[in-house]
Amino acid sequence: MIGGLFIYNHKGEVLISRVYRDDIGRNAVDAFRVNVIHARQQVRSPVTNIARTSFFHVKRSNIWLAAVTKQNVNAAMVFEFLYKMCDVMTAYFGKISEENIKNNFVLIYELLDEILDFGYPQNSETGALKTFITQTGIKSQSKEEQSQITSQVTGQIGWRREGIKYRRNELFLDVLESVNLLMSPQGQVLSAHVSGRVVMKSYLSGMPECKFGMNDKIVIDKQGKGGEGATGQSIAIDDCTFHQCVRLSKFDAERSISFIPPDGECELMRYRTTKDIILPFRVIPLVREVGRTKLEVKVVIKSNFKPSLLAQKIEVRIPTPLNTSGVQVICMKGKAKYKASENAIVWKIKRMAGMKESQISAEIELLPTNDKKKWARPPISMNFEVPFAPSGLKVRYLKVFEPKLNYSDHDVIKWVRYIGRSGIYETRC
Amino acid sequence: MEWANQLCENRQFGSKMTDSKYFTTTKKGEIFELKAELNSDKKEKKKEAVKKVIASMTVGKDVSALFPDVVNCMQTDNLELKKLVYLYLMNYAKSQPDMAIMAVNTFVKDCEDANPLIRALAVRTMGCIRVDKITEYLCEPLRKCLKDEDPYVRKTAAVCVAKLHDINAQLVEDQGFLDTLKDLISDSNPMVVANAVAALSEIAESHPNSNLLDLNPQSINKLLTALNECTEWGQIFILDCLANYTPRDDRESQSICERVTPRLSHANSAVVLSAVKVLMKFMEMLPKDLDYYSTLLKKLAPPLVTLLSAEPELQYVALRNINLIVQKRPEILKHEMKVFFVKYNDPIYVKLEKLDIMIRLASQANIAQVLAELKEYATEVDVDFVRKAVRAIGRCAIKVEQSAERCVSTLLDLIQTKVNYVVQEAIVVIKDIFRKYPNKYESVIATLCENLDSLDEPEARAAMIWIVGEYAERIDNADELLESFLEGFHDESTQVQLQLLTAIVKLFLKKPTETQELVQQVLSLATQDSDNPDLRDRGYIYWRLLSTDPVAAKEVVLAEKPLISEETDLIEPTLLEELICHIGTLASVYHKPPSAFVEGSRGVMHKRLPARTGSGESTESPDVGTAAGGSAPEAAPSIIPSQGDLLGDLLNLDMAPPTTSGPPPPTTGMQMGGMDLLGGGLDSLLGGDIGGSPAMGAGFGAAPAVMPASLNAPVGGGLGDLFDLGGVGMPMGAYIPPKIVWLPAMKAKGLEISGTFARRAGVIQMELILTNKAMSVMTDFAIQFNRNSFGLAPAGPLQVLTPLGPNQTIEVSLPLSTVGPVMKMDPLNNLQVAVKNNIDVFYFSCQYPISMLFVEDGKMERQVFLATWKDIPNDNESQFQIKDCHLNSDAASSKLQGSNIFTIAKRTVEGQDMLYMSIKLSNGIWVLAELRVQAGNSNYTMTTIRRSGSSQKMLTFFTCAACTLTSLCCCMDLMLSQYNT
Repeated sequence: MIGGLFIYNHKGEVLISRVYRDDIGRNAVDAFRVNVIHARQQVRSPVTNIARTSFFHVKRSNIWLAAVTKQNVNAAMVFEFLYKMCDVMTAYFGKISEENIKNNFVLIYELLDEILDFGYPQNSETGALKTFITQTGIKSQSKEEQSQITSQVTGQIGWRREGIKYRRNELFLDVLESVNLLMSPQGQVLSAHVSGRVVMKSYLSGMPECKFGMNDKIVIDKQGKGGEGATGQSIAIDDCTFHQCVRLSKFDAERSISFIPPDGECELMRYRTTKDIILPFRVIPLVREVGRTKLEVKVVIKSNFKPSLLAQKIEVRIPTPLNTSGVQVICMKGKAKYKASENAIVWKIKRMAGMKESQISAEIELLPTNDKKKWARPPISMNFEVPFAPSGLKVRYLKVFEPKLNYSDHDVIKWVRYIGRSGIYETRC
Repeated sequence: MEWANQLCENRQFGSKMTDSKYFTTTKKGEIFELKAELNSDKKEKKKEAVKKVIASMTVGKDVSALFPDVVNCMQTDNLELKKLVYLYLMNYAKSQPDMAIMAVNTFVKDCEDANPLIRALAVRTMGCIRVDKITEYLCEPLRKCLKDEDPYVRKTAAVCVAKLHDINAQLVEDQGFLDTLKDLISDSNPMVVANAVAALSEIAESHPNSNLLDLNPQSINKLLTALNECTEWGQIFILDCLANYTPRDDRESQSICERVTPRLSHANSAVVLSAVKVLMKFMEMLPKDLDYYSTLLKKLAPPLVTLLSAEPELQYVALRNINLIVQKRPEILKHEMKVFFVKYNDPIYVKLEKLDIMIRLASQANIAQVLAELKEYATEVDVDFVRKAVRAIGRCAIKVEQSAERCVSTLLDLIQTKVNYVVQEAIVVIKDIFRKYPNKYESVIATLCENLDSLDEPEARAAMIWIVGEYAERIDNADELLESFLEGFHDESTQVQLQLLTAIVKLFLKKPTETQELVQQVLSLATQDSDNPDLRDRGYIYWRLLSTDPVAAKEVVLAEKPLISEETDLIEPTLLEELICHIGTLASVYHKPPSAFVEGSRGVMHKRLPARTGSGESTESPDVGTAAGGSAPEAAPSIIPSQGDLLGDLLNLDMAPPTTSGPPPPTTGMQMGGMDLLGGGLDSLLGGDIGGSPAMGAGFGAAPAVMPASLNAPVGGGLGDLFDLGGVGMPMGAYIPPKIVWLPAMKAKGLEISGTFARRAGVIQMELILTNKAMSVMTDFAIQFNRNSFGLAPAGPLQVLTPLGPNQTIEVSLPLSTVGPVMKMDPLNNLQVAVKNNIDVFYFSCQYPISMLFVEDGKMERQVFLATWKDIPNDNESQFQIKDCHLNSDAASSKLQGSNIFTIAKRTVEGQDMLYMSIKLSNGIWVLAELRVQAGNSNYTMTTIRRSGSSQKMLTFFTCAACTLTSLCCCMDLMLSQYNT
């Protein structure tokens, strides 16, 4: 298991060092600094083996988190733990920075003691941790409180405590999708997929039993057989993963999503689709090399969704060669600028309705170079936000049952919102 | 100082915001000041001081001098302060064991505290203090905590047992904590179960002898129930533990799979990967024609693809694992090529791994897409990535024949870019394409030659020289080209020098008239002016060949080369199987068995996939063979791996610096001719020491100077001997040792057991004679084996159907299987047996001849033998003398064959018969042996080498290689001498 955990600043100074196992010596701290942080060449793997000791590292801004071990540990678990550790720290004191870590080092040690025992990750849900690891020092707890804490930390529903009360029972569902595209210059889709998340913010009393339904093809088809006509279209979900509150065996057996949600915000589900994706924009590039010192670029973007909807925060990034000396840009809509520091023309449009088209053309002057290497022509990338789910996912229902308290499904105020964002949305040119 | 300013600002908000001040640089006398503060009456000041101490500790300053003062602060109601002191204690207790004792009282007291959080904290911390005296005091509180009413305390105590075991294993056993821990597996709280499983798994790993994790269907059921309820981490512990279980039959295997599959939808990638591990392992047991089997295959693909949308570090771990899965079961991801396309902003480590998988998945169906992508990648910036992409294009050409032409033209396009490293890489792969498809693409040679000057890397230069030499007859100015390289001969790397030597000899053999001068020049450069023994040796060989028999030289040097295999980088199957059992772990990331990077006893146990059971034992379904990664059965006979071929070495195909090779065993057909020729030439040259194997050298030295004439005709003589024997190579029965008494009647209340082992028709039999020397009737016989080195286990019940009356004797034959649990025994072939009857249970141990384990299909292909012999490192080699054996080589060979020791080849050198033999053990270990029989000498010399795992990396099934070999040779010794008498 994990033998030790170190946190370094960008200079390689140790901010936190916690050793769990006897086989990890103090020299491990230095070994990582010398061989990874100060390495002359950029390290080419997140797992490094130095003298039979393995180091796993992740970086958050300029802070290095490293887990060390001498055993054949579960590598996926170590990384998941490091991410979790980052989440927990963020939940406690905000951004992970050298300053914040130094300011909270006692707290971090306390957390590390709790969530990693002898290198074995323990319950690391912030909801539970915050009940007994507090920054304000220990409150005097009554006997009931204590046993409530321990039963929550070890319990089956470790993510929710009992006795939560709200005057207004309310819940918010956000369907957040990022649509990824790689398109060839000829407009052929090389790969496209949507990775989506359903984020739920709930303010519900008691221990509410929830059931979530969407237009999942498998479910709709099943019901369709029963005679009930399917409303609207259904989508084929390639794969989905759930927050640990969702009963997986139930999903596996009947494909129904039922759970008791944690209080507040949680990511209920992640999913991925690859079929029948609505690509909100198409980018049509045209790059022409005029002699050795000039490039002509013309890019057309077309929006491809209902005219009544508006896309926002549109940004097209057209890469330019390193030896660019000057750029002239003409665009019909929005603003375009050549950013020398980023080697790109950045074209921004605030809003654009569906089924519209816009164009930019640019002349790029090049400095003559004797560099033999050809310009690699990075792809044109795009950013945007649209008010629908490109995968076509629709929330059909979210039912809430709380048998012990006297509120019913109808009393809960529910909000649903769809946001489609660009992930890596690239067109090669 | 910025911090200082902050400090002032933060003062007003109380102490919690200002912890960073403790990191400020220290002045002299700081320790002194701290001491004073620690002993202050004010609680706040005390706490501040402890924080400063911890901060200094973190940055690596030695603050152990403050030990007594810090420990004094331990008795406090303030939990935060207490935790800080504990942290300090864990760090320094070891260096100050005597003072650490001062803390014991507080610990013991805290373990009784009303607050479960404090009880758990105390027991957790105590376990981290590695001081013997403290450990003694830990036992009682730990015992209590293991049975605490609060689950939080119990789950902490469970881990504490593992801690204690790490400090003092004996103590844990003596105190009976292991049993308590086992009980916790049935705990009502899932997190306690998970931690108990984790602790037990760890203890069991460092303790292979104990039967700790006694997994049976009942306990498995408990684990599967807890799996649905515990935290994500607990699920990982349980799944990893489940993966160690071997289901009894395919039905049990299926039911476990069904209950594990829901985990594939978990948000935690580690849970998913561990579930994949369990499924991949248990799938082995399912019959392939089962509907469920194909359903399961379909279910595995989506979660694996989803792993690729995780954070880059996890993607890396996932990709390394997918690489293994694709090799083991290519059908799972064969339609998912697109998801492995490289994204522009992927980190380099993800890019390189994706590329690897793309090549593995490349097939005729998707090759166009793959090529288009690879071409795109070849224009990227990262040099390593571009190189790999270019190489990948070449590999596609070799793998998918239909695409070869397109690949070659793509490579030519890339060469036109004139980017130096792209050109070099392209030339290296084109050389391989030439070898795979001879006489097909030579038209591109002209283009290649244009780039001769830009090549500066040895590998590319060597490849180009090979091409020029190989196709010298088609290149008009081949002599000029090669001559230009010759100018700086001594500055070249060995690889290039060797290649150049061979290329010029080839050229000479093809165009003898114009190049005589050139060849003499290179031969003298290689033999006289070089310090490199390999180069010199090769130079001499060529020289002698050319001067004695040019025709033979032509046959050797211009011989038809064996084709290269499609995938040289596939992981060796036994290693692959082991790695599949380690999915998700570091081993799967490194692609190395745990023993390669883990110290000590942990991880030495090798894991294996379970054997397929059930009725549906079918041959590989057709879609597997033809699928992407495939092992290409259709191409099998003519192809030998390009890396390990001895012949290649001598025939100039080595692109890597040559290693000193072992003795070359004979090969077939025309190649054999080549060998003999070389051997003859060499003998006089090198004084008979061909291979540098010490054994051989010694053998030659001892050989009598004058040989009887008849022995110089080895084949004829051998045949004669064969006929003399009458057996004409017919395999004789296997060696069966005589029965001996294993269990005397005195020790077993009147039951006497004697017996032996035999291998009959591929089945290992334990032949027992049970004699009842008591006065009463014996009934209800049953037999059981302890875990043993080769997993021997009774394949059925002990067939004693009738009661055994007084003074009655019964002979029973018990068939054995080799799929039982494995544990290393000492001596290796020791077997501990328990026999039960209506009176009592009796234990005895016996030793089985290791030859029982030699399986019938142990005859290795000659080619494979050849390559393997060379690849096995010298460390795995041992030598033995077999004394007083008066058999000749052929008789010995046929006798040994009776016990499944197969002679692969025979060779006679100076009157000594060398038999090359292969043996395969039931657990898949291969043993290769060389038996040297010298006529007129009754002592045999035997050199054995052992191969079990990959050809390059040794998989040590047992910690010491010699063990197997020693017992093996003892056994052969016995067999041979037995035939003798």
